[in-house]
Amino acid sequence: MTDERRDWPLYEIFIRAKSGLDHKHVGSLHATDARMAIEHARDLYTRRLEGVSIWAVRSSDIVASDPADADALFEPARDKVYRHPTFYDIPDEVKTL
Amino acid sequence: MYTQGLDSLGKDGERDPARDAGALERAFQARVDAEEKIEPKDWMPEAYRRTLVRQISQHAHSEIVGMLPEGNWITRAPTLLRKAILIAKVQDEGGHGAYLYSAAETLGVSRAELIDQLLEGKAKYSSIFNYPTPTWADVGAIGWLVDGAAIMNQIPLCRCSYGPYARAMVRICKEESFHQRQGYEIMLRLSRGTAAQRQMAQAALDRWWWPSLMMFGPSDAESKHGAQSMRWKIKRFSNDELRQKFVDFTVPQADFLGLQVPDPALRWDEAAQHYRFGAIDWSEFEQVLQGHGPCNRERMQARRQAHEDGRWVREAAAAWAAKQAAREGREEAA
Repeated sequence: MTDERRDWPLYEIFIRAKSGLDHKHVGSLHATDARMAIEHARDLYTRRLEGVSIWAVRSSDIVASDPADADALFEPARDKVYRHPTFYDIPDEVKTL
Repeated sequence: MYTQGLDSLGKDGERDPARDAGALERAFQARVDAEEKIEPKDWMPEAYRRTLVRQISQHAHSEIVGMLPEGNWITRAPTLLRKAILIAKVQDEGGHGAYLYSAAETLGVSRAELIDQLLEGKAKYSSIFNYPTPTWADVGAIGWLVDGAAIMNQIPLCRCSYGPYARAMVRICKEESFHQRQGYEIMLRLSRGTAAQRQMAQAALDRWWWPSLMMFGPSDAESKHGAQSMRWKIKRFSNDELRQKFVDFTVPQADFLGLQVPDPALRWDEAAQHYRFGAIDWSEFEQVLQGHGPCNRERMQARRQAHEDGRWVREAAAAWAAKQAAREGREEAA
């Protein structure tokens, strides 16, 4: 890490906007360690009260699906419309269903 | 933004050469035409990637260099509140640079490479930041005009076809509005002030008007990358369209200040419902772009100095992290 030309590790930053909500991905930044990632995330992503909690995850630790596999992964769900409540025709007279 | 994941694919290595490049390109264009967003790991034409790297990194450099003309006034802002506001604005610009560098990195370039290009003078940044800020009114004029022109350019970029760039722009646009309003308010105070203050405001408008119009880039007939960028939905409106819109919005704002736009040819065209304005001196634009603007050398020197001055901090942080990591490794082993 003494080689100045090498970028510091990349962290993905997730912010919880307020308690009760999920942490949401907001972007990424470089930091030497986790503590610096949190400190930089605070300066970079919460200058206007955007959050009450920060997660920082090393980008290299994220396992992502490959866009090329999208069909194989998601296609099987496409013809299963019966998984949605709107698939079922219920007469209007029946209430609260 | 999964830069490292992208790198581990070895960039082009994962592409299947058996698949027809033409077919991939047609499928890509169809997705763009259907207003689908392109994400970092999706296939994209090499020229699309290059265009985005160039545009996003130039944009990032502009934000970073853009801190300098205003940073100049932080110690001399007229009140404590103005100082706090200016610090917040300059901090935003640094943040915008960071969002944009991250977006560029998703395309497979490293941050170090981009910063080197800027410091070595190989990369371009917006020529507007090579103009000086001799008075406090210049800080007002920059917020009002320069940030105003930037907003005009940036709002359509929120719908850019490349997801990470579009998302960075959404964040940036939310913050820019504060910049423009605080600038206009400085101009408003000065234009309602003493004769000397009014004069100062007018002189700043005189200095920044034409350079602001040049921020939209060459006219459509001269623009090198315009048509292809429109097809790829990186750009949504032409340079001339955006420039016209800026003039139409800004002239009434100048009228309200009681200031004179420095263009004798400026007039309202009732039939077209647009302001007509005089010819832009593109030779000046070219001069500044080639490095002969009033402050090109000073800006680059300040940037390099800041980078050098921060070197020991970066080295210390890296050394500390390495020491901590080694210590943790020993504890785990024990």
